[in-house]
Amino acid sequence: MRRQLLKGNEAIAEAAIRSGCKLFFGYPITPSTEIIEYLSRNLPKAGGAVLQGEDEIASINMCYGAAATGARVMTASSSPGYSLKQEGMSYLAAAELPVVVVNINRNGPGLGGLGPSQGDYFQCTKGGGHGDYRTIVLAPSKGQEMYDYTMKAFDLADKYRTPVVILADGMLGQTMEPIEFKERPSVELPEKDWVTTGCIGRPKRKISMYNLTNEAGEEISLKLQAKFNKMKDLEQQWENYCTDDAEYLLVGYGTCGRVGKSAVQLARQQGIKLGLIRPITLWPFPEKAFISLPKIKGILTVELNAGQMVEDVKLAVKCSIPVQSHTRVGGMLLSENSVLKKLAEVFQLEVRV
Amino acid sequence: MPKVEILEARCKSCGLCIEFCPKKVLKIGEKANAKGYYFVEVAKPDQCIGCALCGTMCPDVAITVYK
Amino acid sequence: MEKVFSKTKGLTDVPFTYCPGCTHGIIHRLIAEVLEEMDLLENTIGVAPVGCSGFLLDMFSCDFVGGPHGRAQAVATGIKRAMPERTVFTYQGDGDIAAIGTSHAIHVAARGEKITSIMVNNAVFGMTGGQMAPTTIGGQVTTTSPYGRDCALAGPPIDLPKTIATLEGAVYVAAGSVDSPKNVAQTKKMIKKAFQVQQKGLGFSFVSILSTCPTNWGLSPVDSLNWLRKNMMPVYQLGELKATEEVNAL
Repeated sequence: MRRQLLKGNEAIAEAAIRSGCKLFFGYPITPSTEIIEYLSRNLPKAGGAVLQGEDEIASINMCYGAAATGARVMTASSSPGYSLKQEGMSYLAAAELPVVVVNINRNGPGLGGLGPSQGDYFQCTKGGGHGDYRTIVLAPSKGQEMYDYTMKAFDLADKYRTPVVILADGMLGQTMEPIEFKERPSVELPEKDWVTTGCIGRPKRKISMYNLTNEAGEEISLKLQAKFNKMKDLEQQWENYCTDDAEYLLVGYGTCGRVGKSAVQLARQQGIKLGLIRPITLWPFPEKAFISLPKIKGILTVELNAGQMVEDVKLAVKCSIPVQSHTRVGGMLLSENSVLKKLAEVFQLEVRV
Repeated sequence: MPKVEILEARCKSCGLCIEFCPKKVLKIGEKANAKGYYFVEVAKPDQCIGCALCGTMCPDVAITVYK
Repeated sequence: MEKVFSKTKGLTDVPFTYCPGCTHGIIHRLIAEVLEEMDLLENTIGVAPVGCSGFLLDMFSCDFVGGPHGRAQAVATGIKRAMPERTVFTYQGDGDIAAIGTSHAIHVAARGEKITSIMVNNAVFGMTGGQMAPTTIGGQVTTTSPYGRDCALAGPPIDLPKTIATLEGAVYVAAGSVDSPKNVAQTKKMIKKAFQVQQKGLGFSFVSILSTCPTNWGLSPVDSLNWLRKNMMPVYQLGELKATEEVNAL
């Protein structure tokens, strides 16, 4: 199978084209800009189009319109730009419009920096916009997954009529790796019998989400909550790495999932039974991964923020196991050695680092 | 002989049709619709010339004119 | 006898939700009649604002999409780019387009987006109870300019169509009013021309229409029309502000 050396950002773009994405609306922002650049070069050749909006707010709302016609559509940005899209995200979730929204997380808050970060975890998984809504969030940890999860995102968006977020980080976006150009998987998806394409030969339709009475508001909201619960029940995805006999556990996604694997190998060389759970969906958070675990003495989350996912892990194990976090902020990366050192420190283990 | 028909349920008694009728054919009625508006009534049907200015200025498209 | 005036097929039977005498309803009728006359109802996708007319989705018999406040023209861009063969129009109040939606108003025109945009100018934010809008006249009392709009403090009103007319992509920009039968008829011609511009794909078409707000102006429906003539017409340029040669050749 042909493999090509591509940046993670470009892998996302190529996967979008092969997923039948017809339109991309976006705005430049480092470290995500290769996505709009790659698509500007290649999407037109595939019969699609790229339009650079006047800002991110315009871009997400252009996606809203395109999705209302049933076209596959994507937008991409990085932290500050993603923040501008949060009202749009709430509207997309409410109007049940399938859009793939990429966030190449960079260091925040504020203007922040360009270094890799996972500081947008809460914003992406708890919902950065207003109201009770949820969106599926996928977290690739390497170039091939930037490609594969984009294809997965488009199918999940259509399957549930929902926006789907791809949360990566600056390093994953900028790092070049060999990417296998897999063809789009053939997935059975529901027919889009709700699109507003002009009422030729059918009754008129409307796409919007508001309620003039609270009774109607409750009904609409409960219908949405039922969908979110179904997504939560069926779409939890994660990777187990050396967890069968593990006594201690790392939990890390994206870049930290990769570093975690190295830390597990280091620990195993020193006789420490360490395993890793790597969340693939950040929402729904993979609680199921924590049910059938052997006797675990301690869990350490590995995060490029001030400690956010650690809360979800505590909830997942109902605080029945000690959970600590090893974090680094500001755009700095953390090494497998630092993970091992922190593990030893918090759980009183002997390690050579 | 031209005729004006008021859709009582849609009329909000705003009076614009009365204002613009050149023949003063219409007036505010004495009966209220379900919303509580005293809907417009045809006071002098024989005066109507079918010009439809009433319909033109009705913000609720509550008027039909025959000629 | 036959019907010389009746409700157009372009409107459904859903009653309008506006205050008595509010001329939003006349503008709805004009657009719906134009769409029916041009046989575009099945081809059209409308985009709603958020404001008094935010509930017009059910009042028109064509497909309709409603997005966030101020974003109708961005949503419409997405629809038109996905389906260029469809007729796409936006309907927005002055607050929706000339305050929060200004960036899209400028860039949709700058790009020559092949959609038709309608702006209804009643000089206030209506739905939220009559606050000052970018179009509020100097000295006009609103709930957020209780002593009259102080142009030294809040600046003078914005004439958005005049601004849009300066942008190359806007090939047809007109400003009408629905305060009298004559002006209603003329405004309908402007709306029709705007949709013809879109049909021919000549570029961006924009019609702004002066309209009343009896409730928030604190005037009767009839007095509101007089207030509009006396206070708004001197401030807002009316007529066809811009029509390229190609447009006039239609």
